[in-house]
Amino acid sequence: MKFFYLVWRNLTRKKLRTALTLLSILVAFLLYGFLGAIRLAFTAGVSMAGADRLIVRHKVSIIQMLPVTYKERIERIPGVVAAAHQTWFGGIYQDPKNFFASMPVVPDDFLAMYPELLLPEAQKQAWNARRTGAVVGRTTATRFGWKVGDRVALKSPIWQRGSRNDTWEFDLVGIYDGAKKDTDTSQFFFRYDYFDEGRLFAKGEVGWYTVRVRDPAQTAAVARAIDAEFANSAYETKAEPEGAFMQGFAQQVGDIGTIMIAILSAVFFTILLVAGNTMAQSVRERTEELGVLKAMGFNNGLVLAVVLGESFLLAALGGLAGLGLAWLIISRGSPVPGMLPVFFLPTRDLVIGVVLVAALGFVAGILPALQAGRLRIAEALRRQT
Amino acid sequence: MSTSDGVLVRVHDVGKVFHRGSEEIHVLAGLNLEVPRGEFLALMGPSGSGKSTLLNLIGGLDRATEGTVEIGGERVDQMSERKLAAWRARHIGLVFQFYNLLPVLTAERNIELPLLLTHLSKAERRRHVETALRAVGLTHRARHFPRQLSGGEQQRVGIARAIVTDPTILLCDEPTGDLDRKSGDEILSLLQALNREQGKTIVMVTHDPHASARAGRIVYLNKGQLFAENPG
Repeated sequence: MKFFYLVWRNLTRKKLRTALTLLSILVAFLLYGFLGAIRLAFTAGVSMAGADRLIVRHKVSIIQMLPVTYKERIERIPGVVAAAHQTWFGGIYQDPKNFFASMPVVPDDFLAMYPELLLPEAQKQAWNARRTGAVVGRTTATRFGWKVGDRVALKSPIWQRGSRNDTWEFDLVGIYDGAKKDTDTSQFFFRYDYFDEGRLFAKGEVGWYTVRVRDPAQTAAVARAIDAEFANSAYETKAEPEGAFMQGFAQQVGDIGTIMIAILSAVFFTILLVAGNTMAQSVRERTEELGVLKAMGFNNGLVLAVVLGESFLLAALGGLAGLGLAWLIISRGSPVPGMLPVFFLPTRDLVIGVVLVAALGFVAGILPALQAGRLRIAEALRRQT
Repeated sequence: MSTSDGVLVRVHDVGKVFHRGSEEIHVLAGLNLEVPRGEFLALMGPSGSGKSTLLNLIGGLDRATEGTVEIGGERVDQMSERKLAAWRARHIGLVFQFYNLLPVLTAERNIELPLLLTHLSKAERRRHVETALRAVGLTHRARHFPRQLSGGEQQRVGIARAIVTDPTILLCDEPTGDLDRKSGDEILSLLQALNREQGKTIVMVTHDPHASARAGRIVYLNKGQLFAENPG
C-alpha cells in the first residue's frame, strides 16, 4: 500500500490522456453491462423454462390454433401430469406503445403449471370467483400504477368483442411476484371463459399448451407420444421442451449471444489497444525516472509491479465506474418494458465484468511493465545526457 | 561497513568494455582505486574519460567487464541483480547532475522514495524526511513540486533524497553541472559539511576545477587510466 501514492501520482501525470483513456474504458464497460442485460432479456425465457415442461403448439406455426379439447387427451397420455393452455391476446393499454404480453388462461391449471408466479391465496380465490378477473405482474402494475380493485381496459389487435368493439374490460383481482429475480413479472393473465365467450371467432380454440411431464428425462418420449396422438388430424401438433421453444422464439431476432460476444470482442480489443498504448507511452516517457528508481534500490520485480499497478488502477477506475454506471441505469428498469420485460444485470455478468477489468489491467500493462522491469540503469540514465 | 585497513572502496584491475554494433569501446582498463572511509574524493577528467562509468561501477549501477569492485569488504561485482538492488538501497546515495526528481511528487515525497524500500512506518519515514529536509535547509519547501523550485533547491532535494537513508557512501555525478556559480557553491558547501560533520564518504565526478577544489583529494581519469595529478 505504501507504493499506492506513487502509482496514483504516475497515473495523473498526463491528466488529459488518462481522462480520455478512463472514459474509453468506462464506455466499454457501460456497453458491456447493457449488452449483458439485453442478452438476459432475450434469453430470460430459456433460463426460466422448466425442465419438466413441454410446449405443444400447432405443427405449422404458433399462430395456428389448437382445440381446447386437446387438454384432456394430452393429460391421458402416459407420463403427462397436467396440461394448461394459453392464447396470445396482445394487450394494449390506452396507447400502442403500452404493450405487454397478455393471455387468457384457466386460473387453477395455469397457476399449478407455473409455481414461480407467486399470487396470494386470497387473490387466487378472487380470480376464480370473478369472471372478468385478471392478474398482472408486479412490473406492469408498477409501470401503470395499477392496484387490486382497479378496472383495466385493454385492446387487442387480434380479438374483437363485436364488429366495432375491440376493448376488453377486466377487474384487477391480483398482482403476482416472481419467485426468482429473472421471473418475468410483466405479463397480464385473465380468464379463458370470459375471453372465449366474448370473442367473435375461433371459439373453443387456444394458442398452445404447456404440459408438465412426470420425469424430465422422458420429455422427448412424451413429446413424441403427444405428436403421435394428434398425427393425421386437422390440428397436428409439435411438442418440444419449453427451453427449446423459448430459444427458438428468442432466435427469431438472431443468435443474441453470438452477436453480443462479437460486439464485445471488438470493443474490448479496441480498448485493449487504447489502454496498452497509454501504458506503453507512459513508460517510454519516463525511462530516466524508472532508471532513477532502480538506482535507488527498486528491484526489477518492484518496478514491474509499480507499472503493472498503474495499469490495474487505470482499468479498475474506468471499468468499475462503467459497470457501476451500467448497474445504476439498468436498475431503473427496462427502457422498453413491453419488449424486454426482464431487464437487469445478472450477478454472474457483474463478476465476469470484474474479471474482465482485471484481465484488461494485466494485458494492457504487462508488456510495458516487463520492459520497465528489464531496464538497465546505466542505459536509462545515459538517455538524458 | 569498512575493512580493517579503513578502505571503504576498493576497485581492482577493473576494465569496462561497451559494444556498439561490432565495435568494442574500452572505456576503462586495468583501473585501480582505493577510497578510505570518510574521504571526499573528486574524480576529474574530460568528457568520455569514463568518470561516470567508474561511478556507476562503484554504485553497483553497472557491472565491470573485468576486475573486482569491493565496497566495505563486499564484492559488488558478484552480487545477483536482486541482492545488488537491496545493497544499493542500503549503502548508496546518488546525486545526479539533472537532479532526477519525480515531477509528480512533492519535495518531501521525492525524499521519501528510498525509505519506501525500508521497513520503517509512515511516522518514522516522515521523521527521517524532516531530518533530511532540515539538513539541506528546505523545510519550508517540503510541499512544493520540483517545477516550483529553483535548480539549486532541486539539487538540495536530490541530496536530501540521497542522504535520507543514511547511506554508506554518497556518489555525486556532476552535482553542480547544471547550476549557476552561487547555487553550485551552496551545494558544494553542503556536501563538504556532510563529509566533515557527519563523516560521509563522498565520491564526486566533476570536470569543474572550482568544484573539485572543495574535495579532500582529486584523482584524474584519462583514457581509462587514473592519475594522481592532472596528466594535462
